[in-house]
Amino acid sequence: MSEERVGVYICHCGTNIAGTVDVEDVARWAGEQPHVVVARDYKFMCSSLGQELIEKDIKEFGLTRVVVASCSPHMHEKTFRGACERAGLNPFLFEMANIREQDSWATNDRKAATQKAKALVKAAIERVIHHEPLDPLQVEINSSTLIVGGGIAGITAALELANAGYHVYLVEREPSIGGHMAQLDKTFPTLDCSACILTPKMVEVDQHPNITLLSYSEVEKVEGHLGDFTVTVRKKARHVIEDLCTGCGECERRCPKRVIDNSFEAGLGFRKAIYRPFPQAVPKYPVIDTDNCLWFQIGKCRVCERFCPTGAIDYEQQDELLEIKVGNIILATGYKLFDPRRIPQYGYGRLANVFTSLEFERMVNAAGPTGGRIVLRDGETEPKSVAIIHCVGSRDRNYNEYCSKVCCMYSLKFAHLVHERLPEAEVYNFYIDIRTPGKGYEEFYHRLLEEGTHFIRGRVAEVTDAARQPGEEGKLIVQVEDTLIGKQRRIPVDMVILSAGLEAQPDAREVAQKFGLGCDANGFFVERHPKLDPVATMTDGVFIAGTCQGPRDIPDTVAQGAAAAARIASLISQRVVQMEPVRAHIDEDLCSGCRICNDLCPYNAIVYHEDRQVSEVITALCQGCGACVAACPSGAITEAHFTDEQIMSEIEGILWDVRPQGAHEAALA
Amino acid sequence: MSDNAYEPVIVGFLCNWCSYRAADLAGTSRLHYAPNMRVVRVMCSARVDPQFVLKALREGADGVLIAGCHPGECHYVEGNIKTLRRYELLKHMLTQFGIEPERVQLVWASASEGNVLAKAVDRMTEQLRALGPLRWQETVVQQDKRPVSTDAVVEEVDRG
Amino acid sequence: MRYGYYPGCSLERNAIAYHQSAVAVAPQLGIELNEIDDWNCCGATEYSSIDLIPAYALIARNLALAEQQQDENGGQLVAPCSACFLNLSKADHYMAEAPDLAEKVNDALSAGGLHYDPGSIQVRHLLDVIVNDVGYDAIKAKVSKPLSGLRVAPYYGCLIVRPGYQAFDDPEYPTSLDKLMRVLGAEVVDYPLKTHCCGGHMTQISRPTALELIRRLLKNAADYEADAIVTVCPMCQLNLDAFQADVNRFFGTDFHIPVLYFTQLIGVALNISPVELGFGKEFVDARPALDKIGTGSPPTGRRRRSREKGLPMPTMSEEG
Repeated sequence: MSEERVGVYICHCGTNIAGTVDVEDVARWAGEQPHVVVARDYKFMCSSLGQELIEKDIKEFGLTRVVVASCSPHMHEKTFRGACERAGLNPFLFEMANIREQDSWATNDRKAATQKAKALVKAAIERVIHHEPLDPLQVEINSSTLIVGGGIAGITAALELANAGYHVYLVEREPSIGGHMAQLDKTFPTLDCSACILTPKMVEVDQHPNITLLSYSEVEKVEGHLGDFTVTVRKKARHVIEDLCTGCGECERRCPKRVIDNSFEAGLGFRKAIYRPFPQAVPKYPVIDTDNCLWFQIGKCRVCERFCPTGAIDYEQQDELLEIKVGNIILATGYKLFDPRRIPQYGYGRLANVFTSLEFERMVNAAGPTGGRIVLRDGETEPKSVAIIHCVGSRDRNYNEYCSKVCCMYSLKFAHLVHERLPEAEVYNFYIDIRTPGKGYEEFYHRLLEEGTHFIRGRVAEVTDAARQPGEEGKLIVQVEDTLIGKQRRIPVDMVILSAGLEAQPDAREVAQKFGLGCDANGFFVERHPKLDPVATMTDGVFIAGTCQGPRDIPDTVAQGAAAAARIASLISQRVVQMEPVRAHIDEDLCSGCRICNDLCPYNAIVYHEDRQVSEVITALCQGCGACVAACPSGAITEAHFTDEQIMSEIEGILWDVRPQGAHEAALA
Repeated sequence: MSDNAYEPVIVGFLCNWCSYRAADLAGTSRLHYAPNMRVVRVMCSARVDPQFVLKALREGADGVLIAGCHPGECHYVEGNIKTLRRYELLKHMLTQFGIEPERVQLVWASASEGNVLAKAVDRMTEQLRALGPLRWQETVVQQDKRPVSTDAVVEEVDRG
Repeated sequence: MRYGYYPGCSLERNAIAYHQSAVAVAPQLGIELNEIDDWNCCGATEYSSIDLIPAYALIARNLALAEQQQDENGGQLVAPCSACFLNLSKADHYMAEAPDLAEKVNDALSAGGLHYDPGSIQVRHLLDVIVNDVGYDAIKAKVSKPLSGLRVAPYYGCLIVRPGYQAFDDPEYPTSLDKLMRVLGAEVVDYPLKTHCCGGHMTQISRPTALELIRRLLKNAADYEADAIVTVCPMCQLNLDAFQADVNRFFGTDFHIPVLYFTQLIGVALNISPVELGFGKEFVDARPALDKIGTGSPPTGRRRRSREKGLPMPTMSEEG
């Protein structure tokens, strides 16, 4: 170790670091530290010139270790490891000191920042001396992919990968794929018919030879890692034999049990106890809703069985557990609409003519419960005035602080549809701000202004049917402060539409844990990097797409679905990828066979050999968390690249300026 | 930081997946917080051997901050729960040494919670300023409260 | 369950029916109310806008007494009056939040040999105690004369849930009184103005303003064909009841809606005699409404629309 030759490079990052840290001083000081052969500061270490500097020095000075003090290792560790490798140095003989994100950007105090930078550099020097050359792990990539969620994000991703020639398992919880997009009437701002552009893609999924569609199924268990996941899928019993069913729909017509459809029709329409969510459903097979089916509930009926021309009904059918092997996973599990019952002063659920946005989507849809007619809850009366309330459950500290991104645009679309269908009706949009960034979006807003929509700026206080004046009798009154004129207003209308925001799925955290992801405070899945890596996650081989990552509209969702597919296609085409060799290893000579580590491992990667009375880590299963390392009473377990020696040295280095020299030896004595 | 005023030094053990990224995010968002924490990155808070904490305190740190993912969100399923168990025991032991409980803290910060981590560092720095320097020599060694091996206790916890 | 009882001034005079009914139902619900010895006025709604320190000292004296008499109240102080409840919890809240205020207040209290440590007494409204400590199930089990056939409009007023120092219900749309009335067997009308202001002391300052506020409340209850308005506050009861005739004269309306305390209706459901519950003291005669109990005559006109026709209504959680 004494003969190690260390090169230290302090990055200015323009003024990002140099503005707060005295980089010249740090470099000068670093040059005086033991083992350091060369120390430099440079404007941009990550530039090709910066990297060449390292490569040149390695060769010229015979460096055996390299330290770069710059940004977070999550940003450029790979870059500098590459430089070392090109100069013939094992990439793991490199260490990075994070003096940007965790130093210069976190304070204005130049003196303190410079002192902290020195401590971080010293820690890196002390640590890197103890580094060992390592070889990255090689992982073969299974070319099949699991996609969870059959909305437009999952459909897009599945088709991209399938068309590239790779196999896809598409798992969907509901009886049909299509997701929320299948429920929508028109899409903004072009007013394309949503179903018309979606259903061809659904059919393509159904017929694609490379796609195995597992609808009415859920993922039970996920094991393994990038390249080699084993996934258990529960295929719920449809009580319909798919091989026999022709999708004729006779069972649905004959079923005597009518149920409010809270799923596809958003509670506004009905379905039967045996049903397909909608006529273009993919796959075409119906399912029996056992909670409502008379046979399952009271043991009478069996009408569907009697009328099925192919004998496809099977009341005895059981759930099936399928085990599939895939190399990568995409989660595209979508969103849940904010439940406006949580804001009782808006009256949803109490006042008949208050509707959610999703209910309204179904109402204006020609295939919906009213055949596209805009009517009040009585099913007959056309409203003469409609209020559309923006930001319901969004931009509100009491519910969700974030903007749901799509509500402004769909509210404008609703206003347009009301004008189109009911030209005499007055339409009021109550908004906080109109947010219409996007191609053609602002133009759509201007179009609505010209169509005569009333825009009232203010958050609605309440929707009530308590009339004060004769003109309010029998109406819903929207009470609002119009912030542009600074007055309280009461606007009587016939119908209120609540533009509810987008929320994470209620089981998002559970799903995240199953797949080893994190959720943000709102329950949306956390991406690897918010700017540069929005579809990857911190778990290699697991990608995310669409609204499960955050609120977004259809074009963005489609782009993410395709992006996730492209990332996976690139991994598959590499066949073998390299992974960090950060893994635990047990020295059998030191192992006392106490088995403490056995139960600590969350991956069951540690096996115990009865014969030799020692434990062993199965490298392929180990994920390198180090829990066992910290627990081993004999110090028999080491974690590559995070050894006790490396971390202890790092601690010594990081405290170089406050260490009680000599005193600690006394303490140890 | 004036030349004479006492400024505590905190060693932060941050897990690679949540809290280290929270610290990165705090910087990226230019959330200014006390520059008193110096970070050692570990893959998981469960990798933090109690010996690391003792080592840091012995080598001159005035406090140690361990940060991990929120319970239920651990990248390694439940490493942070193991950390929590060890932490409680370690604190118990440190108290017996005469070390104030504020000197070793455990916080949860997800990758999106730069503000949570920054606030924790600010709060801890304030607390340590109020407590003053640790003075390991006087507190632990000279009063002959020096640590015995922690392995025995750790073993106990991990068995449980 | 033992509590300190702070009746407040109005329960000794205009709202004596509230006091009588509260005292009558408490033992049946397992509540022991021990009146704070030597309590004084809370200053009502006006005093705190005149001079803050004496106002808080006036309130805190009661808290200090309650703290002294903890043996009798277990650290819990119940106020049936919403204004008293708000004042007591407000003083406790701000004394805890601002130590210098607490110091000044305690300075004043020390003149009488008293001291109050903020946070040591938990201030509760009687409604909170009944629905949360006794609980709906326990009350339901004790109902011997269900209020079936009686349509009530639950009126919370503005002081009980806002600003929420001791929030026990949704400040925008509380439902605890609704549930309680349902448990007693009454039919509860949706009452959108349930937290709107009754006008308070505005009756003494700007009569037309107050009468309009009262009119709205009465009209809304009448629109829903409520037989009675049920209140939790003496001020609300006074305004809606005593000024109902004035409203009728002023606006040419014809409202006859009795305004009752929730404790009176609990008493009726527990089959306590009306005299014990203070009935007969109200201006608008409650007898026609009470006569409906057990009859269940279906009202007509403006009711919630039937769900048989048209589009289905969204389900509410309570309805399952």
